[in-house]
Amino acid sequence: MTTLTDPPGSTFRLSMLLNDTRYRSTTLQVIAFILLMSAIFYLYSNLATNLREAGLNISFAFLGTPAGYDINQTLIEYTSQSSNLRAAFVGILNTLLVAFLACIMATIFGVIAGVLRLSKNWLVRKLMAVYVEIFRNIPVLIWILIIYALMTIASPSPRAFRGDDATASMILDGAAITNRGVYVPGPFFTRGIGGEDGSVINWLLVIAVLIGSFVVTRMVTARANATQEATGVRPNTLWTNLAIWFVPIIVLLFILGLAWDIPELKGFNFSGGLKVGAPLIALWFALSIYTGAFIAENVRAGIQAVSKGQTEAAAALGLRPGRVMSLVVLPQALRVIVPPLISQYLNITKNSSLAILVGYADITATLGGITLNQTGRAIECVLLLMAFYLAASLIISAVMNVYNNSMKLKER
Amino acid sequence: MSDTHSESVRFVRETSLPPAEPPVAERGIYKWGRENLFATPANGALTIVALYVIYLVLSGTLPWLFNGLWTTNSLSECREVLDGRTGGCFSVLTERWNQLIFGFKYPPDQYWRPMLAFVMMLLAVAPVLFFDLPRKMLIITALFPFTAYWLIWGGTILVPLVALLGVVVGYIVYSRLVTQNFALGFFGGVAAAIVFWVFGGWIVDSIGVANPMLEAVPSRDMGGFMLNMMLGVTCVSLSLPIGIALALGRQSSMPLIKWMSVIFIEFIRGVPLITLLFVANVMLAYFFPPGSGVDLFLRVVIMITMFSAAYIAEVIRGGLAALPKGQYEAADSLGLDYAQAMRLIILPQALKISIPGIVNIAVGLFKDTTLVSVISMFDLIGMIRGPILASTEWNGVYWELFGFAAALFFVVCYGISQYSQWLERRLATDHR
Repeated sequence: MTTLTDPPGSTFRLSMLLNDTRYRSTTLQVIAFILLMSAIFYLYSNLATNLREAGLNISFAFLGTPAGYDINQTLIEYTSQSSNLRAAFVGILNTLLVAFLACIMATIFGVIAGVLRLSKNWLVRKLMAVYVEIFRNIPVLIWILIIYALMTIASPSPRAFRGDDATASMILDGAAITNRGVYVPGPFFTRGIGGEDGSVINWLLVIAVLIGSFVVTRMVTARANATQEATGVRPNTLWTNLAIWFVPIIVLLFILGLAWDIPELKGFNFSGGLKVGAPLIALWFALSIYTGAFIAENVRAGIQAVSKGQTEAAAALGLRPGRVMSLVVLPQALRVIVPPLISQYLNITKNSSLAILVGYADITATLGGITLNQTGRAIECVLLLMAFYLAASLIISAVMNVYNNSMKLKER
Repeated sequence: MSDTHSESVRFVRETSLPPAEPPVAERGIYKWGRENLFATPANGALTIVALYVIYLVLSGTLPWLFNGLWTTNSLSECREVLDGRTGGCFSVLTERWNQLIFGFKYPPDQYWRPMLAFVMMLLAVAPVLFFDLPRKMLIITALFPFTAYWLIWGGTILVPLVALLGVVVGYIVYSRLVTQNFALGFFGGVAAAIVFWVFGGWIVDSIGVANPMLEAVPSRDMGGFMLNMMLGVTCVSLSLPIGIALALGRQSSMPLIKWMSVIFIEFIRGVPLITLLFVANVMLAYFFPPGSGVDLFLRVVIMITMFSAAYIAEVIRGGLAALPKGQYEAADSLGLDYAQAMRLIILPQALKISIPGIVNIAVGLFKDTTLVSVISMFDLIGMIRGPILASTEWNGVYWELFGFAAALFFVVCYGISQYSQWLERRLATDHR
């Protein structure tokens, strides 16, 4: 930019406000500030007038009143007598649930498709190219609708599982895909702590043990690395690590008495087991397969970004192809892949708002849909909705920045 | 070497033998197949799996596609004719074609108007996309917004005429003043155009044509794929200049302007488009002066334009950042001021780098126009989910309708992305 300074003038003229580089930027900013303030004032006065004429006001009191509607899939306890705020929390949890599931699945799809696009196999390469192009070029909304239609129209009804001449049968006698949702065996504890209500504690215990195993295996690996550095001989850690992973969790599950609640056909519907509703499945699968196509392109670009000399150098050092991939190519490719991958995760979170199409009760459907329509508090609901998504996006971007900084090439 | 061989060797071959054919396994389709399909056992297994997947997909869709019926009048009739065979009832497409393309309220005798506007759009876009076409075609591009508005919405011709004249007046003022100072010329031009529009609008209102040449069609009667096209084209073209301004604002050394741009961009990028459409649907009307009656279409255009402008701004910012610093310094050392440096040196290069990104955003935006069906506008998806699937004749025809919508979007989006790749190759002036 221009950094020149004009020689000091003898007298101040008005035109110098625009022509003199010493004053120009201040002048422009003052003009911009005045314009901004008058725009805000104009919009605000319009809002105030319109609200007064419509007899409305801005108030968040509706959050405390009973919601008065049922939600079919909830992660926390909820009845139609719960408050609108709680309905919004149910929605937030559902959003996070489907976003989390879809992120994992999309990564799996994307990595597989991206690696296969670089396969030496011509047919597989072309097939993956077709997958990527088809899914990237058709709106995700259409995919959600198509997969929802597949789930609800093309799947058999629970009735088809009944009788001797059943047209549908359960997968491995445990899971059933019906037009009302997918029924899978649900795990529960027969000797759990705290009876029925204590089930959350049991699950937390399981998670704690898994995290503990993870930490201990990391320590074992670190010690093995240190031994290798010191003596040049790497101790075999495979069996130790396997034992650390499996023994504590199996013992814990045995103590708690893990059992499976298998869905059974009773009357016109299945009962027991874990019911995953058709809307959740449709949304989950559609988001995963659509975003997977984008992730596949990121993965492909990331692997291709690692120069061929790296692979050749690693081969020249005598590394086997698998080690070349895991020790040389992937760490460098990840640096390219991860930032766009995280922005795809952001996209999944934002696209999960399309849940409203298939009736999955995410935050857009509860707070921005039913609550908005029932209370008529449009401005408040939309503002809260935007605040939630904004907070989620900012948190994910912050995490991404931290990661990027830690992964950045340290140049000296 | 001595000459002894001439004595001892009876025969010396003077020409080499023609090379023998490679073995069958090492040539032609065998070699290709072995290397590309069955190189290793794992690879061979992959090939077989892939073939099976292709067989599954084709055996599922081809009979459905080729046995399809195109001329029945309802789903029950179609099922009767099919008589249990597999086949699609594509007659829903032929029977409801007009609804799918134009929506269900646009007056049928006026369908030629959007069609003409569509053809004009192709002509108007062509010189922008392909540089080899005669530059005079840009006149069509300049006139297109006004004629297209008049063709699609109808009503009195005075409205687009006043709009056009306002632009002309603004341009004249701009070209007079720009010799002194770009900022003065730009803002003077805008101010002149606005003054002209206000007066022109006042005059048009007071004249009030009773019998317009083209029947007026309100925005709420627009629908079908036409609505997707209208939203896509309008919002992308409006958001380009706004996106450029935001990108420059974000790069600006003036803190106030920089932070205004940053907050706007990050806010818009942080929320899903659907919440912005909710804003357009239920909230934006409160921000207009009482009784202004801004219709839903315009409100949606405003919100989608803001949405895509934020994304385009980020793409252009990437282009600006990718330019070597020497280009900025070169512009400074030539004595160009900010506006000149941007117009003549920085933006042409930065925009060129950003073209693939901008096209990606445009494709994404075009796909996202389907979201308006959520706020009960009857675009292509809205028509399918609303009036067509709810009708007694076609209740239950899912695959044909969604397949059609998917195919339509695929053709357009794939075409645009192929164009973008062509353009990237065309614009690659660096030597590789």
